[in-house]
Amino acid sequence: MAVALTPARPAPAEDDAPRLIVSRGSRGDAVFRGILRAAGLSSFVITALILGFLIIRSSWAFRADGLSFFTKQDWVFVNNEFGIGGVLPGTLIIGLIASLIAIPIALATAIFISEYAPGRIRRILIAVIDLMAAIPSIIYGVWGRFFLMPRVIGTMAWISRHISWFPPFRTTIQATSSTYVGSPMIAGMVVSLMAIPIITSLSREVFSQAPQGEREAAYALGSTRWGMVRTVVLPFGRGGTIGACMLGIGRALGETIAVLLIINASFQLNWHVTQSGGYSVASMIAGQWQYASGNQLSALMAAGLVLFTITLIVNSLASIIINRSRSGAATAD
Amino acid sequence: MTTAGRAGRPELADVSGRGDVPIRIRQVTAEDLLSIGGAAIGSLGLTWIGFERLLPFSGAFGFWLCWYLLFIVFYLAVAGLQWKRLVVQDKTMAVLVSTGGIFASAVVADQLGYSLIKGSTAIRHLNFWTQTMASNGPSSPLSVGGVLHAAVGSLEQLGLASAMSVPLGITAALFLAEVGGRMERPVRTIVNAMTALPSIVAGLLIYALAILALGLPRSGFAASLAIAIVMLPTVTRASEVVLRVVPGTLREASFALGASHWRTVWKVILPTARSGLTTAVVLAMARGIGETAPVLLTAGFTNDMNANPFTGWQATLPTLIINNIEIDGQIPNYVVRAFGAGFALMLIVVVLFAIARIVGGNRPGELSKRQARRLRREAGS
Repeated sequence: MAVALTPARPAPAEDDAPRLIVSRGSRGDAVFRGILRAAGLSSFVITALILGFLIIRSSWAFRADGLSFFTKQDWVFVNNEFGIGGVLPGTLIIGLIASLIAIPIALATAIFISEYAPGRIRRILIAVIDLMAAIPSIIYGVWGRFFLMPRVIGTMAWISRHISWFPPFRTTIQATSSTYVGSPMIAGMVVSLMAIPIITSLSREVFSQAPQGEREAAYALGSTRWGMVRTVVLPFGRGGTIGACMLGIGRALGETIAVLLIINASFQLNWHVTQSGGYSVASMIAGQWQYASGNQLSALMAAGLVLFTITLIVNSLASIIINRSRSGAATAD
Repeated sequence: MTTAGRAGRPELADVSGRGDVPIRIRQVTAEDLLSIGGAAIGSLGLTWIGFERLLPFSGAFGFWLCWYLLFIVFYLAVAGLQWKRLVVQDKTMAVLVSTGGIFASAVVADQLGYSLIKGSTAIRHLNFWTQTMASNGPSSPLSVGGVLHAAVGSLEQLGLASAMSVPLGITAALFLAEVGGRMERPVRTIVNAMTALPSIVAGLLIYALAILALGLPRSGFAASLAIAIVMLPTVTRASEVVLRVVPGTLREASFALGASHWRTVWKVILPTARSGLTTAVVLAMARGIGETAPVLLTAGFTNDMNANPFTGWQATLPTLIINNIEIDGQIPNYVVRAFGAGFALMLIVVVLFAIARIVGGNRPGELSKRQARRLRREAGS
């Protein structure tokens, strides 16, 4: 007798559905994650408070002056004749000088640490650079004023006399013994010392991420050490280094106390960098706050808000450049 | 096959019979050293003649700068006489970047040494470390008075600011590294943006907000608020970088063993990241203790010892320095004391660094000598 075999019917389609996996974390975990979330969001709250307060307090100054806040070069409150027209470019000038001095030195140091230094020296130098970053800026300011300034004045005088074909190096007043004291150039030199460790430590990390295979390929093709650095490490680290330099510039723009100790304060724009005079926004706030009340305070807040915005833009640009670059992807910040 | 090492060291076939002698690729020869030395001495001589005898230049800075530039020129010439162009390029760049490293070390040594030397006459007295400036006037000698009040103020404000910002910062960093989610990008952007806040603006803020608007007195606590605002984004960002480097495999192993999330963080992730976290915290603390301008705005200044940070004006080491230099700068004793205070400040920073190295321990995966010895002992037994 034949057994009638019916083929097994395939399971109905509804059975073949993905299971819903519910993982119920413990209560402790929920509380823990809630605490972490609260901490993360607190940064929002704090920032909102800070920004809100800054904007509210500085609104008077912007309303009283309007856009001429950025062009006037005085700090007189009688007829609302105040503005950061001289102070803001002064900040940029000092930042520029500091960057021009700091970037080559910092990059050379970074290349030395990551490529040339033998093991023990590398570790010592990394600690030295960290210490250099940790030294308070008032120490640099005091050192700059009492040690550097008397020794640099001769060079400043020489520069203003012999390189006077470059307009910023000229002096507009008769050269006396005090013409070169407290110039933006000297302030820039001291500020550069504070930017160097930032640029160096970030660039060093970036350079050390350069792929080993490409390095060895360069050597295998017969290049010298510098040739390898020039063709493998530097192009790899270009994005990270640019970002590092911008962070250093941001630091230079926000430097307060060192500039205050060195510069011969004046609200007028001084683009003759070897000549005495000039100001930066941060040091202006530090120098003027004790005479400030009510409206003046509002103007100082407005200046602080402008400085914050500029530094913010510089830092954000740096982040974007770092993250988009090849080296940034490796050290993903 | 190449062995480990940056340049790779091919092992030789033993053709000479002398055994396995490694080739040292990066060898500094006598020629190198003599070239550098000769160029240095020659340029020094020429600069000295130029500066001292012939040309009307002046100033120590100009001297060193000229010497350095001439040294490079001389070295290029000396190297060009001996080697081919490619080698000259290589060696000159090596010399140039090495001077970068020397320069950085020289700057740090200079800063430390300058404060030490200039303040040495004040530091030598024991009263510098144990007394305050309450009972002296401008013309008192260095054997009276000291910076104890400023040191106490600095440490107290740093302690308060750290207590406020470090736990919050590390917890926020944990949020970014562990929980993440939709809020991760915005929070990270905000934290990075806050690092751009100039410290003086933070001080101005606390001054206007707490002191003028809310009527709180100027005190050490207000200053520590300003310092905490400055420290918080730095701690968060640096900690987040450290926490992200903790290997994911450790975390997953902990979960696989059945640990809850918070236990994983507490027992596995934080201990692994301990050395990096302590470095991040110490760097932020070093920055916080050096803040001058915001503290001046919010804590005032005094010559008396004020150990209570919640009432009354308080002095800190940086504000003492700037007070002595700006306000009483004509009086030599005050300036000397300011330098001594600068040295004390840097001493605190160095001590903080040392504490970080001790508390933090080695990086994850590295063993200290004692641990390595113990491991060997246990494995051998």
